[in-house]
Amino acid sequence: MIAHLQPMLAVTVGLDHYLHVAALLFALGFFGVLLRKNTLVIYMCLELMLIASTLALVAFSHFNDTLDGNIFVFFILTIAAAEVAVGLAIIVALFRRRHTVQVEELNHLKH
Amino acid sequence: MANLLFYTFTFLTLAGAALVVVNKNAVNAAMFLLLSLVGVAGLFVMLDAALLAFVLLLVYAGAVVALFLFIIMLLDTTPGALKPFKTTTIAASALGGALLLVGVLSLHHRAQLPAPVTGAAVPTLKNYAEMLFTTYLLPVQVVGFMLLIAMLGVIVLSKKFADPEDVK
Repeated sequence: MIAHLQPMLAVTVGLDHYLHVAALLFALGFFGVLLRKNTLVIYMCLELMLIASTLALVAFSHFNDTLDGNIFVFFILTIAAAEVAVGLAIIVALFRRRHTVQVEELNHLKH
Repeated sequence: MANLLFYTFTFLTLAGAALVVVNKNAVNAAMFLLLSLVGVAGLFVMLDAALLAFVLLLVYAGAVVALFLFIIMLLDTTPGALKPFKTTTIAASALGGALLLVGVLSLHHRAQLPAPVTGAAVPTLKNYAEMLFTTYLLPVQVVGFMLLIAMLGVIVLSKKFADPEDVK
């Protein structure tokens, strides 16, 4: 087992590795948004997708020897905080009117 | 050693994210989101962005996840059994995942990624401050205004109207 892991640990971690992690994280968030029915969990998965994009930005920034990507992450974090506040306020307002947070029951625009 | 840390943080991140998706209890999902964020913060530290890792933990773990937990407990929704996923949704997510995989693989095999450069731009606090207050001064102010607008929006949204008909 240890001998099997040895070549994996010998490779230097590069931009590719970080990009793969970011892509996998994005994919997991994407699956969550598509598969789950609870609005709050969908929202958490949206956050995961956002975090994946920031990870890619920081990785590119680090391996290109620049700071602009990191500065962008600052802005993304600010926007995400504002977005969470507004989104959760919307969910609370929705719950007050409809008494549910399940997306399949929130279908009044469909009919 | 650095590789071992990378794989540990990657595991934390991805396992946390996967458990957010499959957990039927929203409170547990929020906790696993926290775990995933800790993993990402570790990866940020490995990318020399310790300040960003700190801000990430402060904003996300301190504010966002706490807010999520607060709302989950406020709404008090019963964690019913996880409903079986629809076939169409599964097909759509499989297609989306496959497209993403193709994109990443093509990046890996065809595109010429820039060779890693080392040296000049060290992400110190001073460098951040210099960039934020010179090159990115206008975006900083715009973001400040946006926070103000978001705050006003939240106040309006959470205001209780006397009669639900008032909203219409």
